[in-house]
Amino acid sequence: MITVVYFAWLRERIGTGREQIETQAETVAQLVAELSSIDSYHAAAFADLRAVRVAVDQVLTDFDAPLAAAKEVAFFPPMTGG
Amino acid sequence: MISVQSAAFDLGDISNRFTAAQSGAEAGAIVTFSGVVRGDGGLIALEIEHYPAMTLPAIEDMVSAARARFGLLDAWVIHRYGRLAVGETIMMVATSAPHRKDAFAGAEFLMDYLKSRAPFWKKEHLADGAAWVAAKVSDEAELARWD
Repeated sequence: MITVVYFAWLRERIGTGREQIETQAETVAQLVAELSSIDSYHAAAFADLRAVRVAVDQVLTDFDAPLAAAKEVAFFPPMTGG
Repeated sequence: MISVQSAAFDLGDISNRFTAAQSGAEAGAIVTFSGVVRGDGGLIALEIEHYPAMTLPAIEDMVSAARARFGLLDAWVIHRYGRLAVGETIMMVATSAPHRKDAFAGAEFLMDYLKSRAPFWKKEHLADGAAWVAAKVSDEAELARWD
């Protein structure tokens, strides 16, 4: 079981900020493929991965990253702080 | 000090406290930068969302990197989240160093990283709706100069 969290327009498009996912995915990319198949909202959110960033256990990484013992995966648009 | 908060803060008070905290004789230069909500384009309010579990550790890493790279004696960051009106202070950075170049560069480095690597997202509220602010290509270019 992994916790998936969403922020900004990904959260709005998917309709939730947090969900628990039962998954055997070994990489972020595999998890994205599983999430995209949940419904049309998820599919729309992940339609263009160039617009999506990912953090595994609160550390920025990329879509090839292994999920190994990850507890939380976050998806969000490029950050706009400052 | 690093603080991620919804409450407003008094820039003058924090600046004075930062200066007072640099009690050693080494700090010859202190730089403070603050970011303010701009009222252009009919903006009514800015809403800032963040990723609470990641925000503080991400900023701590940036501050450690800035201190090591520029030999900063100290660096403080305050960044707000929630709904902010035009004219409100969004965030501030304060740095101290023996000399001004390092204090300025450290502050700029922190600003560039906060803009593109700290998990904050801005949404602009206008009279006729709201829209998420898109990151600029130039933001990444600003970061690349520190590579």
